[in-house]
Amino acid sequence: MQRIYLDSNATTPVRPEVVAAMLPVYTEDYGNPSSIHWFGQRAKALMDDARAQVARLVNAETSEIVFVSGGTEADNLAIRGIAESQKSKGHHIITSSIEHHAVLHTCRDLEKLGYEITWLRVSADGLVDPEDVRRAIRPDTILISVMHANNEIGTIQPIEEIGKIAEAADVYFHSDGVQSTGKILVDVKKLKVDLYSISAHKIHGPKGVGALFIKKGSVVKPLLTGGGHERNRRSGTENVAGIVGFGVAAKMAREGLGSEMTRVKELRDRLESGLKKNIDLIRVNAENAPRLPNTSNIMVDFAEGEGLVISLDLKGIAVSTGSACSSGSLEPSHVLTAIGKTPDEAHGSLRFSLNSMNTEQDVDYVVEVLPRIVDRLRELSPYYKRA
Amino acid sequence: MAYAAKLIDYFENPRCVGEIENADGVAQVSNPVCGDVMKLWLKVDADKIIDAKFKAQGCSAAIATSSYATEMIIGMNLKQARTITKEHIADALGGLPGSKMHCSVLACDAIREALKGFA
Repeated sequence: MQRIYLDSNATTPVRPEVVAAMLPVYTEDYGNPSSIHWFGQRAKALMDDARAQVARLVNAETSEIVFVSGGTEADNLAIRGIAESQKSKGHHIITSSIEHHAVLHTCRDLEKLGYEITWLRVSADGLVDPEDVRRAIRPDTILISVMHANNEIGTIQPIEEIGKIAEAADVYFHSDGVQSTGKILVDVKKLKVDLYSISAHKIHGPKGVGALFIKKGSVVKPLLTGGGHERNRRSGTENVAGIVGFGVAAKMAREGLGSEMTRVKELRDRLESGLKKNIDLIRVNAENAPRLPNTSNIMVDFAEGEGLVISLDLKGIAVSTGSACSSGSLEPSHVLTAIGKTPDEAHGSLRFSLNSMNTEQDVDYVVEVLPRIVDRLRELSPYYKRA
Repeated sequence: MAYAAKLIDYFENPRCVGEIENADGVAQVSNPVCGDVMKLWLKVDADKIIDAKFKAQGCSAAIATSSYATEMIIGMNLKQARTITKEHIADALGGLPGSKMHCSVLACDAIREALKGFA
């Protein structure tokens, strides 16, 4: 069966160039970068090159990039690291209600440890109002954490404006950039963030590796203690092969930002207009907000998301949903709830997330197949009356 | 995929879909947890279910279990139909993941609700 992958906000295929760069690291350049001999220094040089590529992707200094195990660890290091290092100053943290679970659950955990969290509401398009951030800041506020782009609906937050507010108030500012990096232009200096999380596998790199940008001078207490790797910010022998792959993926993502992402956006728009034309009673979430070029989140009335995902999967198409029926917790997506959708509306949500390897044929196939699937499920619904 | 082939078959090709005019028993039940809904129509002659049809809006497991349960009760007497459990349905479809067991409860509830008016 022809298989079409449209779930790139979950993970992406690793580019062949990335795999090619990684393989010799396992068999030939296998030294420990902390060793002073030839093998170690060879591994360190490869890692330095990769660090430079990742730094360049977000316009950071190489010394400001700390390699970690992925986006979740980057978020944890940023939030817990600041919470711990700043606890003598205060216990108040500001975040949004649509963060990824890596931020959401970390903040909830800190709440149990005695920190106070302000959960900012978002607009119907999923946007944080920077004025709400300004109003939420108190003398004991130690951290603001607002994601750059949302993984479910793709909304891009006004990070630069929030950054200015954070800087003026002298409060640490973290942004989860896992979905934005490699899809839109990211400049940590312009955004005025102190901490920025990045993941390799969302940009055609390997799983199990990511980075946290830590602006020079920031005081972050490490989560892991040990040999003092990564300039005492993250102990543990580095995942050198993964980091090398991350470097190649970062370089290629930067080079493709203009051309590839323009094409991805055209594909996404083609998908949306095709679906809107061929299926009645559907809506695109956050349609008019600044949005990632690759993400489309739609809501289908009178059909349930898990059933849609399984039906598409049976036709070879991989997508995801925010329906309660697909989550282990049986809760609808907290993001769709936060933008004001009822559980019933979230019930019929579908997320398409594209990457630069997708083609017009992929998109056209979905536009051909999905209307029949929706029709079939609606025919089964006791609520649906054919117009 | 976490589902058995038989469940997928009942999801893709559900049996007993539709409505029954002048049904003897009708019930619409929904799952407060996830929002899935099932409507069941029964035709009863004396003590026996002689026809049953359903409609459902929900996940693949909800649709498959609804369809299977509806098909299963045709020909049963009322007592037999009332004793069907969520495990009967789940097992018959090759088992359900733990988080999906509540889907087969929907069908059991619908059967009991539709038979409420009968002795």
